[in-house]
Amino acid sequence: MTTDGVAYWKATLGLIRNVLIVWFIVSYGLGILFAPALNGIMLGGYPLGFWFAQQGSMYCFVAMIFVYAKMMGKIDEKFDVHED
Amino acid sequence: MSLQLITYIIVGLTFALYIGIAIWARAGSTKEFYVAGGGVHPVVNGMATGADWMSAASFISMAGLIANMGYGGALFLMGWTGGYVLLAMLLAPYLRKFGKFTVPQFVGDRYYSKGASTVAVMCLLAASVTYIIGQMTGVGVAFSRFLGVSNTTGIFIGMGIVFMYAVFGGMKGITYTQVAQYCVLILAYTVPAIFISMNLTGNPLPQLGLGSEFGDSGMGLLQKLDQVVMDLGFAKYTTMPRLSTLNMFVYTVSLMIGTAGLPHVIVRFFTVPKVKDARASAGWALVFIAILYTTAPAVAAMARLNLHATVNPSVKKVFASEAERNAALFAPDGSIKYDERPAWMKRWEVTGLLKFEDKNGDGRIQYYNAKSKNEAFLAKAKAAGWAGSELSVNRDIMVLANPEIARLPNWVIALVAAGGLAAALSTAAGLLLAISSAISHDLLKEKFMPDLSEKGELLAGKIAMACSIVVAGYLGLNPPDFAAGTVAIAFGLAASSIFPALMMGIFSKTMNKQGAIAGMLAGLGITMLYVFAHKGIFFIKGTDFLGVFGGKANFFLGIEPNAFGAIGAAVNFAVAFAVKNMTPPVPEDIAAMVESVRIPRGSKEIGGAH
Repeated sequence: MTTDGVAYWKATLGLIRNVLIVWFIVSYGLGILFAPALNGIMLGGYPLGFWFAQQGSMYCFVAMIFVYAKMMGKIDEKFDVHED
Repeated sequence: MSLQLITYIIVGLTFALYIGIAIWARAGSTKEFYVAGGGVHPVVNGMATGADWMSAASFISMAGLIANMGYGGALFLMGWTGGYVLLAMLLAPYLRKFGKFTVPQFVGDRYYSKGASTVAVMCLLAASVTYIIGQMTGVGVAFSRFLGVSNTTGIFIGMGIVFMYAVFGGMKGITYTQVAQYCVLILAYTVPAIFISMNLTGNPLPQLGLGSEFGDSGMGLLQKLDQVVMDLGFAKYTTMPRLSTLNMFVYTVSLMIGTAGLPHVIVRFFTVPKVKDARASAGWALVFIAILYTTAPAVAAMARLNLHATVNPSVKKVFASEAERNAALFAPDGSIKYDERPAWMKRWEVTGLLKFEDKNGDGRIQYYNAKSKNEAFLAKAKAAGWAGSELSVNRDIMVLANPEIARLPNWVIALVAAGGLAAALSTAAGLLLAISSAISHDLLKEKFMPDLSEKGELLAGKIAMACSIVVAGYLGLNPPDFAAGTVAIAFGLAASSIFPALMMGIFSKTMNKQGAIAGMLAGLGITMLYVFAHKGIFFIKGTDFLGVFGGKANFFLGIEPNAFGAIGAAVNFAVAFAVKNMTPPVPEDIAAMVESVRIPRGSKEIGGAH
């Protein structure tokens, strides 16, 4: 693999790792592991841990995919491997 | 107009719509309509993927299970949406670049072995057939209610209709038919939710209604629900985990990676025009899925509240003190008379999915948690003359019964029936096509009968479909779990076998065929072993063999069989890497192929239908 190829793959894996960290925090972290602690805080009528588990994590997932797609597009262009 | 008639009309109209679109699409340019994404906007494609993905498990079953599980039900919500993040980042763009049509083809090429592809076909069959059992359970519930017959008859009718629907063929591949199905499905789900949210909280958005005040009680809806279920001896709605935090965690992992390993979902991303589109279309698909999934928790909580309020009308009243509240609840006239039960209960009794047994002979319905661990509550129940919970409500009926429980207009109830059928049929058809192509193409044509003619291939595919329906329908008569639970097992099977093989195929240049094959067999094998030990060999009743493992359910760290896919996946990875280190390395051309898959440029457009 060319040096550019190595750097491209490294940048890709870095982005995936960062998104996965957020992905883990909003679902497994705030929605499951820390939910009992967060339930003391209210978001409107929702206990916060319950909200993350049954609402918030899903909004975050949607946002995450679009952020990933956009940033991945930038990486593709930077390393000149994009389509067209 | 009677409810029955309106239901026939609305279900009939939606079917006419799907067929009409199919005919219109055939008349137009074939390629444009058959290849999902060929000139189709990513947003439209996302909608179609949503219809493909959301099945009877999501539509009919899930909210009912959440209503019963409370907070712990979040494992379905997070599990079946969070997987899309994995799919979008780890698999979709690379599989698209790879440029093949099916999962076994990718596995066969990447691991340079027809044996690997055959093992992948086995994994795919195990997951897909289990998935269809769940759909059959859901279809049975929908048809039994819709036609007013027993659940068993409902499943037989469902088998016939699914068969016709799948063999009618092209339906599934036409993006616009699926867009129509999505629209019917999402309207059917959200319209009653909006009505009910308005009724209970005055807020039309169910996502906000769930966090709003209950009527003018001065209490939040969730707090009210917590109070009601605890008064009746159930666990607190907003905090009860699913068995244990560990089990809930593992269950969620299993559903997430299963999502990224299910053949009929992955296939959608093989056919988008570009790698870039594969990433974005996963995002759009999730937008449309999230509309249903963020509504579901509100449907669940509100259905639960309405159900308790139907049986114990005092639930909806406001009391000054706990003593007064309990006095009203445990009073003899606190529970409704069986003879005065609402019409929806009578309709569901016909199906056998809702049952009443007057244990204390008072002619009234008591519905509470007789197995409560709260001694104070049990004492109160006993003092009131309650002799056990007398109502059994199959959880799979909750969503379909929900608008009836809330006394919504007949056309809304009919719409929900149409939505449930759309969800079950579209997914079942998609899975059956995946099964038929796996058997006729990947297995017979590629491996055992290379001379098979195109006609023979088609016939073999149809026979495979028919067999799958019969097997799934038969097992659906005595399902291993509620529809969503059965589907969760299917996800576990995909998670433990297909996901690791795909993931290592892309992210490890050194994974060889021996490692991948051993990994898939080990992952699938151990997951099946654990599931069958609890649920019976191939889900046949009476063949469970928990005794071999000491007779205790969930014997591995308290993890339930539905959640075991995550453990199976870990075993798969571990075995694969261990075997890889003991066997010859991957050929160089395969390593080069993996490198080219990682780079978007040079992706070829995939033409024609498969």
